[in-house]
Amino acid sequence: MSELSVDNLLGIKYLSVADINLIHKTADQFKEVINRPIKKVPSLRDITIANLFFENSTRTKLSFELAEKRLSADVINFSAAQSSVKKGETLVDTVNNILAMKVDIVVMRHPNPGAGVFLSKHIDARIVNAGDGAHEHPTQALLDSYSIREKLGSLQGKKVVIVGDILHSRVALSNIYCLKKLGAEVMVCGPATLLPRHIESLGVKVELNLKKALEWCDVANMLRVQNERMDISYFPSVREYVQQYGVHRELLDSLKKDIVIMHPGPINRGVEITSDVADSDQAIILNQVENGVAIRMAVLYLVAAKIRRND
Amino acid sequence: MSQKLLLDAAALDIILHRLACQLIENHDTFENTALIGLQPRGSFLLKRLADILTTHYKIKNLKTGLLDITFYRDDFRRSDEPLKANSTEINFLVESKKVVIVDDVLYTGRSIRAALTALQSFGRPDTIELLTLIDRRFSRHLPIQPDYNGRQVDAINNQKVKVLWKEHGGEDAVYLIKNED
Repeated sequence: MSELSVDNLLGIKYLSVADINLIHKTADQFKEVINRPIKKVPSLRDITIANLFFENSTRTKLSFELAEKRLSADVINFSAAQSSVKKGETLVDTVNNILAMKVDIVVMRHPNPGAGVFLSKHIDARIVNAGDGAHEHPTQALLDSYSIREKLGSLQGKKVVIVGDILHSRVALSNIYCLKKLGAEVMVCGPATLLPRHIESLGVKVELNLKKALEWCDVANMLRVQNERMDISYFPSVREYVQQYGVHRELLDSLKKDIVIMHPGPINRGVEITSDVADSDQAIILNQVENGVAIRMAVLYLVAAKIRRND
Repeated sequence: MSQKLLLDAAALDIILHRLACQLIENHDTFENTALIGLQPRGSFLLKRLADILTTHYKIKNLKTGLLDITFYRDDFRRSDEPLKANSTEINFLVESKKVVIVDDVLYTGRSIRAALTALQSFGRPDTIELLTLIDRRFSRHLPIQPDYNGRQVDAINNQKVKVLWKEHGGEDAVYLIKNED
């Protein structure tokens, strides 16, 4: 197979295993490209991409922008903070105004879950979801699974624990879908207040004790505590969270194996993981960032490949 | 579909040796030369040539690489067949080297055009030459000609040239295939 089964990348939920494998395989080639002296290919030189960020983002936006530029696409950026959204324009109107400038692909981050799916029904452009509320963040899950694959060879039968704020995390949901599709076992671990109800129905294990979770797993994906999404107190204090759910060197040393530590960033050093863990050889946090560009190049390339010239 | 044998194993072997000798004539010890095969099918020809050069003609430290041109092709989003990427393996700088591009069949010349662009990403070679096993003359879309050529073939558009290798296809042979429709 050498073509995606979907036209838009709205979420991992909509991808087949073959799609994920194709994206990973294509990312291998782009990873080679971005390590060349000249890191640019002309594939998307006749494609225009709009990055619409209705919610703050630094690294995802940079990563997408870099991926777009390395594919030679034309790029326009839009962020809600300085836009007409503040003046009361609807999402469809905003996007249609941008599309009137002949844009082929929209990369969108939006605070509302399902914004990408909604948009895909109302506009005539390809959509890549760069995060919709606490719903999905497909490119992050693709790059996380790619990074695990790169480190451990395969995901089949591997045990991955996602630690922290599962309730507010789009990374968690996309990762669960993606890892399970690739044959990994998934566990979530965190304070009960930050685990969504009925999460077991997704086929994941639930563990409240971090040490037990780490003893079980091959890979620990540490999520950030998303203070900005917490309207009420989910745990008594940051200090208590650190004591119960922070990963530190002594804890890792007490395990009988070396586990891989991942973090989607930005890290709250000293909260979910300590500095010595984040900077250790077990952590593949910066590999994740590098792979992020290759994965996004692969996604954009494969989405663009389905836009026929004469459409 | 009918097919005609253009080259059998013996003829192919003679041609490979001739191409190897012609390369030696121009590149002597290959000290500053790199052979780069185009993925996917140029890689088989490259491997054969490299084997002959190193075992029969004792060329030492031959630099070879594989180049994938998928991301440089000019038919992205135009062809019905989706493009499929292969790996690129060039573990040296092409800067100031004499590069010989190796591919099995030269047809429209568009792959070579893409390869020339792709090579620029690896530096500025001194010279670039082209070696092909089969040259389908009269079907070029671009002003590109081979410097070293195995066999010239006059094939019309609905014909296809198929190069088979022992290690990939079971036999050493070149066929001209005609679709009857």
